[in-house]
Amino acid sequence: MSTEVAGSPRETRQAGAARSMLDFYLTRGRTEIQSQFQYRVAQYLYMIGMLAEPIVYLVVWTTIAEQQGGSVEGITPGEFAAYYIVWTLVRNMNIVFTPYGWEWRIREGILSAALLRPLHPLHDDLAGFAGWKFVVIGLWLPIAAVLWLVFDPLLDPSLVEVLVFSVAIWGAYLIRTMFLSLLGMVTFWTTRVSALFELAIAFELLLSGRLVPLELMPSWSQDLAYLLPFVWTFYFPIQALVGDLSTAGLLGGLAAQAGWTIALTGLMLVAWRHAVRRYSAVGN
Amino acid sequence: MNELQYRANFFIQLLQSAVAVVTALVVLKLVYSHTKELNGWSESELLVVMGIHVLLGGVIGMSIQPNMERLMEEVRDGKLDFALMKPEDSQVLVSVREVRIWRAVDIISGAGVVAYGVRGLETDFGASDALLFLAMLVIGTITIYCFWLVISTLAFWIVNVWNIIELFNGIYLTGRFPVSIYPTWLRIGVTFIVPIAFAITVPAEAVTSRLEWGTVVLAVGFSAVLFVATRRWWRFGVRRYSGASA
Repeated sequence: MSTEVAGSPRETRQAGAARSMLDFYLTRGRTEIQSQFQYRVAQYLYMIGMLAEPIVYLVVWTTIAEQQGGSVEGITPGEFAAYYIVWTLVRNMNIVFTPYGWEWRIREGILSAALLRPLHPLHDDLAGFAGWKFVVIGLWLPIAAVLWLVFDPLLDPSLVEVLVFSVAIWGAYLIRTMFLSLLGMVTFWTTRVSALFELAIAFELLLSGRLVPLELMPSWSQDLAYLLPFVWTFYFPIQALVGDLSTAGLLGGLAAQAGWTIALTGLMLVAWRHAVRRYSAVGN
Repeated sequence: MNELQYRANFFIQLLQSAVAVVTALVVLKLVYSHTKELNGWSESELLVVMGIHVLLGGVIGMSIQPNMERLMEEVRDGKLDFALMKPEDSQVLVSVREVRIWRAVDIISGAGVVAYGVRGLETDFGASDALLFLAMLVIGTITIYCFWLVISTLAFWIVNVWNIIELFNGIYLTGRFPVSIYPTWLRIGVTFIVPIAFAITVPAEAVTSRLEWGTVVLAVGFSAVLFVATRRWWRFGVRRYSGASA
């Protein structure tokens, strides 16, 4: 704490900075909502293309559950349906600026312009994608309604679960943004990030609950999953709504999300400091 | 062939292909750790399906998709004129201009997965099965090519066809499993609207000795009709094209 009295120039300055940051986020988010909302058809085609993945998983596990006399590891077709329908929203929340984006930014010299601004480029990504998420959530609702009618899910969340879920999807958004931005820092050293990126996504697919609910995995890989951040970006948010987590489990999950967000942001900022020193503009 | 210059890309592709194959195998192991058979398909049989999925993905990525992407791009910026002015058949020309050679790695690794799956089959796999498999694979590839060209030709009317391509890439994932496991509406969709069943499941049925002659006739008939229709659709599109500035 400083020894200065309230209303000192320094505190006023800090409050002003916080207010302009908030103002930046709101304005950037709002313009992104407006600009993305123009491309509704494109968004829908993209979102419908993404539905194939969970529907394939859902059909496979429903088939197995029915063959096994009604459930796999205690999960019934109705519960699988709930899991994979909620999955579709969580997946959409998880779409963030990718390492390919960083590669493109550096290759085309677009980063130069971003560096001239008084804000860290991460703020722009965070605010822009967050705004877009509101469009996505709006467009997702009709899709969810159709999936609901087709697959007949078993979903009966409590109010607390709904509240935790609506926070947890943003936690997932933050963790994944930071993780992929951290990976994006690699593109300051090499232009061929694709193999590394695909590898990370493969790990994520298997150890996050994106492929299957973690209960279906062998127990050693479940243990491994809890040492990595991925589980908090897919399995936890879905399970918060679909599963039967205790209040402690729900709040503990949110705390874990906060922990991972802070840790990954820290790593990202350290990596950024080293990375940006290597940057020399190309073109533009 | 331009890509042969970038040899490091070969190793990158090798790595990516390995990641894709290992992921597919893990999925397979996971499925069969909870069941003995999936809707009548054993583990080795499903391995064949996944192998064909990787293999055909390689064919699409190596030649079909790059050519169609270039076509859509050129319709938009008017460069298609250069292709249309040549004396050769325009449809053939726009279909063979690009090759991403390193994607052939996927074809080879996919074929490897198929071969490995065949080794574990309980049914006999003879020369006639192999021939039938290759024939169905060729027919399936033609069907997929026609589908892509039909979509890409839309570029003559619609500016942004990329989104439909994204849609296809999502739906292609359904080919990782035999289409018989899907609910009826989806099965019809991935058979006649997006012809993944003809491209992947039917060749896999040939390998696993469950292909019926009725299916062969349907697959051949469907691809023939689609091929003729695609050709007419292409000509119709080209007539609509008026060039733009170039």
